[in-house]
Amino acid sequence: MFGLIKNSHIDFMSKRKYAMMFSAVLLLISVGSLIVNSLNFGIDFTGGSLVEVGYPESVDLTEVKSALATKGFDHATAQHFGTSKEVLIRVSPREDVSQNDISQQVINALKEKSPEVELRRSEYVGPQIGEELTEQGGLAMLYALIGILIYVTLRFEYRFSIGSVAALVHDVIITLGFFSLFQIGFDLTVLAALLAVIGYSLNDTIVVYDRIRENFRKMRKGSPLEVMNNSINQTLSRTIVTSLTTLLVLIALFFLGGEVIHAFSLALLVGVIIGTYSSIYVASSVALRLGVSKADLMPVQKEGEELDVP
Amino acid sequence: MLNQYPAWKYLVIIVVLIFGALYSLPNFYGKDPALIISPLRANEMDKEQRAQIEQSLKAANIQFSSIELTGEKLLIRFPDSESQLKATDQLNPLLESKFVVTQNLAPATPDWLRSLNAKPMYLGLDLQGGIHFLMEVDMDAAIKKEKQRFVEEIKVTLRDKTIRHAGVTLSQDIIIRFRNDEARQKALTLLSGSLRDLQISEFEDNGDPYLKAVLKEEAGVAVRKAALTQNITTLRNRVNELGVAEPVIQQNGDRRIIVQLPGVQNPDEAKDLLGATATLEVHLVDERNLSVQQYVENGRAPPGTRIYYDRRGKPVLLRKEVQLTGESITHASSGFDSRNNEPSVTINLDSRGGSRFDNFTKDHVKDSLAVVYIETKVKTKLVDGKPVKVREKIEEVINVAVIQERLGRRFQITGMDSPNEARTLAILLRAGALAAPIEIIEERTVGPSLGQDNIDQGFNSVVIGFVLVLIFMAVYYKVFGLIANLALFMNLVIVIALLSMLQATLTMPGIAGIVLTVGMAVDANVLIFERIREELRNGNSPQASIHSGYEKAFATIADANITTLIAAVVLFSFGSGPIKGFAVTLSLGILASMFTAIMGTRAVINLIYGGKKVSKLSI
Repeated sequence: MFGLIKNSHIDFMSKRKYAMMFSAVLLLISVGSLIVNSLNFGIDFTGGSLVEVGYPESVDLTEVKSALATKGFDHATAQHFGTSKEVLIRVSPREDVSQNDISQQVINALKEKSPEVELRRSEYVGPQIGEELTEQGGLAMLYALIGILIYVTLRFEYRFSIGSVAALVHDVIITLGFFSLFQIGFDLTVLAALLAVIGYSLNDTIVVYDRIRENFRKMRKGSPLEVMNNSINQTLSRTIVTSLTTLLVLIALFFLGGEVIHAFSLALLVGVIIGTYSSIYVASSVALRLGVSKADLMPVQKEGEELDVP
Repeated sequence: MLNQYPAWKYLVIIVVLIFGALYSLPNFYGKDPALIISPLRANEMDKEQRAQIEQSLKAANIQFSSIELTGEKLLIRFPDSESQLKATDQLNPLLESKFVVTQNLAPATPDWLRSLNAKPMYLGLDLQGGIHFLMEVDMDAAIKKEKQRFVEEIKVTLRDKTIRHAGVTLSQDIIIRFRNDEARQKALTLLSGSLRDLQISEFEDNGDPYLKAVLKEEAGVAVRKAALTQNITTLRNRVNELGVAEPVIQQNGDRRIIVQLPGVQNPDEAKDLLGATATLEVHLVDERNLSVQQYVENGRAPPGTRIYYDRRGKPVLLRKEVQLTGESITHASSGFDSRNNEPSVTINLDSRGGSRFDNFTKDHVKDSLAVVYIETKVKTKLVDGKPVKVREKIEEVINVAVIQERLGRRFQITGMDSPNEARTLAILLRAGALAAPIEIIEERTVGPSLGQDNIDQGFNSVVIGFVLVLIFMAVYYKVFGLIANLALFMNLVIVIALLSMLQATLTMPGIAGIVLTVGMAVDANVLIFERIREELRNGNSPQASIHSGYEKAFATIADANITTLIAAVVLFSFGSGPIKGFAVTLSLGILASMFTAIMGTRAVINLIYGGKKVSKLSI
């Protein structure tokens, strides 16, 4: 039998003050950055036009920009996308131009300078869509959290469900903060990734909770703190192995999946790492802090039935 | 004895495996060059037409591997793209203006699989290239148009019954002013009886009697619904003209339409066509000159007339004056003539068109009328390297009928061959023009090179991510790891089979969902194996450890997966296209992993270790 972690006895809970401080700092940075920098919203949210073009050879961005400027697109931004042969051009909404013709105008402007340029992708999103999306995205997040809150309360206990939701909010804010701090484009796929992070982080948290519940029922002695320490240690190797396999796949996606899902895989990478950490520290310490005790997790004794404690 | 499965469990696993293998198989066959022949407007693809096409291909010595009728379309497969091209050149002139011939790559699923209804997944636009439009119907305009129609209707009704009023105006609601209460009372009874879509009430202003007509809520809903379905019909007709192999035209919410055109690369051309305006004109047939053929031959029509052609290419000589235009048509519906039970189309006109038509037809009983369908398309063409907008006008006679009696605002056209044709004509009359203006609010174009890149990269990342996980599991859990890998593979097969059975669209986020599923599917096995290791460490026998490992891990796996499913369901119910795809693959992956990782691995482990004396587990 070979394992990364054998019979660990790490005293996680005694270090929870440091972990809390660490989380607090991360949260502070994230919220601060979200307030100051906001998110670098993609056109899915802001509306506008986006054109991805491919050149047969590497192309200089200033060249692209000057070609655009001659046709009055001096407010357009251009950046390399993936390789130096591909260029992503973004045109923010402008009132005097019919938006849905912009992609064609952009490609025409570029073709005048270098006829061999090829349209790889163009997107136009009307302003009404973006507004809806932001609203729907926020609502989806809220509904997911409420659904989870209810399920965990039913299956475990309300303190656990607060703990798990606290961990999820923690993960989402820090992932958002990461995107805000580094001004990585936030589009529809990142939103999907964020929701997947919720699912994943929750998965981790539930596994730990499950063990805590089991141990509360099994261990006759031992304070809640000891029970939690034991449970985290017992599930530690699983937590790490699963995170590792998921990360392996995500790394493959990140490096090989292409530019289009770059941000998506990055969001998941950050989310999975934070989610693993939070299921160890945040979810359990919140439940502990709220005063979860052995009595709260005993199976409800039905009348005329023996209490089933091994 | 511990760790033995009853035979039926093995049977279930084998059945699921065979099922999965069968239905995921179509995705691994290539594609055949093919032609899709779809009917335009009122034309129908029938046996005769099919035989004609077959004959024509055989006569030109063009090889084809199969010919089949799918719905209204004819699909012809070819052994190579050379014969596909030849066939296009051969069939295009033959079928021109009646059918559209589209080149396509049809999935080369073998017949025995197709007979099981096993089809490959449909590739999303981001993978195969094409255009996606999201269009919004201007519902306010549709409602306003409907109210305007009622204003006309009220005016005519009041005039017919000689009820005097002092003006009908339309603001938010329809306001009718009267000079006295008597007239108002008469109007109220009359209008409430005949116009059931309106809620009519009385009010006074400055001592003058008024009626206020409000469009009822349910009538408003009906108008919106009709505007949406009618625009979808119109768009569908037009997309057919574009010759797109597998277009998607789909309602999205209560005011939006998604149009997806795979393979189309030029959004401008598509936009021009979708935005085309179509209308109708009614002309009198010129009956003094009986031999139309004569005029066609010398290429000149007598003064005041013009040669038109009907759908079958037969020339008809019509007077130039337009008696009625499509703008006057407020509604068209198909049915049967009450006298002779012939299929018919009933046309409703607005009041102006109606009274004009009424005047005209009373002088022309027993003369023939022709209905001409006119479509103006705006196309962008390159002239000397510069794009120039070109207007193209299509005019064809869709119906000629004898006027039987004086016609008013509502009349019937008969002379159609089948109820089906009548229905098509009614749709055409309605679908001729868009019911309400549409605006393109989202447009995404993916070039073919990016589509191919996406497929390659998506495939690569799936394979590499998968292999990395396989290696890790084999090293870390040895024999048990190999068994988990088997389950992982099974999981992938089942997910692909389910997606194919649902005919889901595979998109880039969908691929990401599959990849993520792979990562998470292992989790169930990790949970079980870690439990088994723990039990072994606690000094339990190998058999007992396997047994309790599975048992104890089950509740955890179920809890963890249900919560993830909750998130996936929320994703699905809120999300639009790409997010939905991700949510579907994620949910299917989770469900499949519950089966493969728990039942599948257990079955194999029981086969290897069950019912034997085992001293050591390779875990």
